[in-house]
Amino acid sequence: MKKLQAKNNPLYNFGRENLGILIGLLLLCVILTIFSPVFLSKNNILNVLRQVATNLYIACAMTMVIILGGIDLSVGSTIALSGVVTGGMIAFDGHSLVVAVIAGLLVGVAVGAFNGFLISKTTIPPFIVTLSTMNIARGASYVYTGGQPIRVMSDSFNFIGSGYVGEIPMPIIYLVIIVIISVLIMSKSRLGRHIYAVGGNPTAARFSGINNSRVLFFAYLFSGLMAAIAGVVLASRMFSGQPTAGQGAEMDAIAAVVLGGTSMSGGVGKIGGTVIGALIIGVLSNGLNLLGINSFWQYIVKGVVILIAVYVDFLKKGKKSN
Amino acid sequence: MSEKILLEMNHIRKEFPGVLALKDVSLQVQAGEVHALLGENGAGKSTLIKILGGIYSSDAGEIVIDGSVVTINSVQDAQKFGISVIHQELVLVPHMTVAENIYLGREPLKAGRFVDFKKMNDDAKQLLDSFELDIRPDEEISELTIAQQQMVEIIKALSFHAKILVMDEPTSSLSEKDVDFLFENIRKLKKAQVGIIYISHRMSELKQIADKITVIRDGEYIGTRQTHATTNDELITMMVGRQLTNYYTRTFGNPTTKVLEVKHLNAGKLLKDISFHLFSGEILGFAGLVGAGRSEVMKCIFGIDAFESGEILINGEPVVVKNPDDAMKRGIALVPESRKREALFMDQSVTYNITIKALGEFIHGIHVDNARETEITKEYVDMMEIKTPTYKQVVGNLSGGNQQKVVIGRWLATKPKILILDEPTRGVDVGAKAEIYSIMNELVKNGVAIIMISSELPEVINMSDRVVVMSNGKITGCLSREGLTQEKIMHHATQFVTT
Repeated sequence: MKKLQAKNNPLYNFGRENLGILIGLLLLCVILTIFSPVFLSKNNILNVLRQVATNLYIACAMTMVIILGGIDLSVGSTIALSGVVTGGMIAFDGHSLVVAVIAGLLVGVAVGAFNGFLISKTTIPPFIVTLSTMNIARGASYVYTGGQPIRVMSDSFNFIGSGYVGEIPMPIIYLVIIVIISVLIMSKSRLGRHIYAVGGNPTAARFSGINNSRVLFFAYLFSGLMAAIAGVVLASRMFSGQPTAGQGAEMDAIAAVVLGGTSMSGGVGKIGGTVIGALIIGVLSNGLNLLGINSFWQYIVKGVVILIAVYVDFLKKGKKSN
Repeated sequence: MSEKILLEMNHIRKEFPGVLALKDVSLQVQAGEVHALLGENGAGKSTLIKILGGIYSSDAGEIVIDGSVVTINSVQDAQKFGISVIHQELVLVPHMTVAENIYLGREPLKAGRFVDFKKMNDDAKQLLDSFELDIRPDEEISELTIAQQQMVEIIKALSFHAKILVMDEPTSSLSEKDVDFLFENIRKLKKAQVGIIYISHRMSELKQIADKITVIRDGEYIGTRQTHATTNDELITMMVGRQLTNYYTRTFGNPTTKVLEVKHLNAGKLLKDISFHLFSGEILGFAGLVGAGRSEVMKCIFGIDAFESGEILINGEPVVVKNPDDAMKRGIALVPESRKREALFMDQSVTYNITIKALGEFIHGIHVDNARETEITKEYVDMMEIKTPTYKQVVGNLSGGNQQKVVIGRWLATKPKILILDEPTRGVDVGAKAEIYSIMNELVKNGVAIIMISSELPEVINMSDRVVVMSNGKITGCLSREGLTQEKIMHHATQFVTT
């Protein structure tokens, strides 16, 4: 009976499923604590979390998209587009902050809806669809801004990304909300189960009366919205909408998802894993900065760490299937 | 048949962590014989084959080939000793040619560097001709029928100079015509003194093709019989370990309430003027050859495929079924033909797979009633007698019979009034079959109407109240239970068959 309770305890399950990367994260933290006295300070930890936040907004949605057997390459460009539209609405057109932010978010929703529509209603692969929208959205950001950052000098706009509630930075507050919503969708709602079904076996899902199109549409829509939130937050932190923002953001999100143990072939994965994956990436680059390792090397280290993590996962799964 | 013993597997034992897969199994195959290996799912057939094929190594016992003891440690070893295994799922590359597939990984070379396509095609043609096959070496695999692809696999196996050929359920996805084609070629192999180990669940086939039958059960050798000197009953008893007195459970009632009526359904070239009706409390069998259009009718009724004209009435009311969800709301359930492809989520748990259609009963918004979820799972696991260590077990790890029960359980959880079963016992062992029959019987006793598509004629004859026979997209007969014979059904099933 006691064993059964343990099995139904979500924390216990979370720990068991993610044991490998949890140990990795812990090890990383221990090493950094030893080599850098600053690492464990409250400020530094909040700093890491703030940097991780925008990646995780996207990565949560990306987890759903990848579990569905797809991919969303357009999120990086959407960050830029929603950022510049928000900035432009304030700086060019003099709209109020609320209107501008809503417009920025709607841009992301529109990109997501466009992706979702094409992917759910045609057989064009998600990779191709989102590769196209990635280019379109990036181009649109340049066209809209003429290639120049749009500066926004507004304290209230700046508060969105750089403000605090008590001692907690705003991006972390959004992060907590987004993670909670994503976890609830994936583990508690019918939609979540349908996502696993459509990703695991689309034919069986269709035969079971699941509306595959609607599930796919939702995931890409959600992905667009998350990218837009990241875009607005980043624009706010940089005091400007920048057409170059979010370059490569899709790859960081995918890396977090893959580190978290989600299968690129769909059907399997958890938001919890993605959170740890993003934390590993965040702690790693923070640590390398603290240790004064130059940023060129950081790319190499990041690549190696992803490979090692995925290789360990491969070994683990290989053992299981034998 | 020569008396030369080609292969002996003596007292093979294999243990996996926690499971003794094979306790003590022996098998003797002579040159030029077809030796069937029979046993329920999980009896140890595949483990034995994998040991022979070099995928697993045995813990004890010996393998003797042509009189000398050999050790097989890898697939390459097995090939070296002339053993070739043809797996249930074909492993050909679809967009390469027949010749390229046959010589994959050992293409003949020109000047030691470049692939000699001419020699490759010529060699392949010679092999194909020796079987009088109407296949060109430069045809793409994806253009061939499944039966032809299977022959390419066999030829590929023989091109390794195989003396011992293992076929794992080769007929599971073949139509009857293709089965004949395969058997013809197996007979040619026999003449060439190849020893064949043949795995199949279909008793009727073994009678046609096998010379000897070895039965294993729970990892133990039960016995070997000459095919002509044994009966189905004896074999089943050996397999199951108990006598299945009531293999087909059926209590016939007198059904009179029409629950479903299909009128003049047409869908493209596939379905022409389909009309039939279904009473509550009956099993309506659907017989016919593969490709006759039986599954297509059901997909129309279930809202998966569209149709051009015709009418569907449920309880006398004309209805338009928009999609499977809509069908479910109207009390229809469909257990599709291929559980792997069309029904199961292999990476997910038993609970997930059973409850995916009943989520509304325990998920409200974001509140999950775990107790209710477990309760529903328990109800259908118990009802279907699904053998699984826990409800969290991943469905992909269950045996075929238990997987099928999970799919049926899922649909019973929607409490259907009309249950459509498409090949409900395909690839399911005898024990599980008998259990599925008895559940079907319980359901019709409680007023559920069942449509059962089946290619196994004994099943159709013994379980159905009435049988609809289809051929080439048309209904060619609706036969009542009295005086039903296999011949009668086949007579209707082969009408309009032009090819």
